[in-house]
Amino acid sequence: MAALINVPAKAKRGDVIEIRTLTSHIMETGFRHTMDGALVPRDIITSFTCRFNGTEIFRADLFPAIAANPYLSFFTVAKESGKFEFEWIGDNGYSSTASASIAVE
Amino acid sequence: MPTTRRQFLSLAGGVTVIPIVTLRPVAATPAMLNSAIRNVVGEAPIRTGKVKLDIPPLVENGNTVPMTVSVASPMTATEYVKSIHVFNEKNPQPNIGNFYFTAASGRAQVSTRIRLADTQRVVAIARLADDTFWQVAVDVVVTLAACTEEMN
Repeated sequence: MAALINVPAKAKRGDVIEIRTLTSHIMETGFRHTMDGALVPRDIITSFTCRFNGTEIFRADLFPAIAANPYLSFFTVAKESGKFEFEWIGDNGYSSTASASIAVE
Repeated sequence: MPTTRRQFLSLAGGVTVIPIVTLRPVAATPAMLNSAIRNVVGEAPIRTGKVKLDIPPLVENGNTVPMTVSVASPMTATEYVKSIHVFNEKNPQPNIGNFYFTAASGRAQVSTRIRLADTQRVVAIARLADDTFWQVAVDVVVTLAACTEEMN
């Protein structure tokens, strides 16, 4: 459930800022077999959403081809102070959230 | 008659001049990759350009391959990138990820880490605000494959 979020604490209005997120997840592909030939069932994060003050600013659909512990980096324009909310949704009812605040001058 | 050096070399040369034919189609995109792309793009034409795909050309471990996709776009209210879709050729599944932007994204760029099961081609397609599609393809050599290995 642990997630690492990197958002600048402060930014000037109009700056393009980078947001980096890392969450721990096995991202089991569903294509691997155990030693005795049984298929290991798929267990991945299928969707990531980032919202700022309630508005979606970035979204991603993830597939088994995304490496374990999914890392995502993307950008947004700093317009006002507020809160980023991050949400990961996956197989077997997986759901995880995180948040980060920014002060815009 | 002892063979002179010149005779020997001309003989050896004659034998080795067998044309080396590289049996490599210009754009080998298996049907799965093509249909995955068509699922996203529909019948719209895909032009080459605008998109940049940063990925190492030689990968030692296919389990985690850093990848950055960026699109040359001013990212204004009318001219921006709606989404980026990344595909592969030889993993068990052709999709890698879909990434959705807004006009307020500032920069149309996304970085992540992916898995590659084999030496193959990675394709990134961007959908712009005017619903045109732009693509780039990069060939990646993978020495240790991901996805399908046995669990220990």
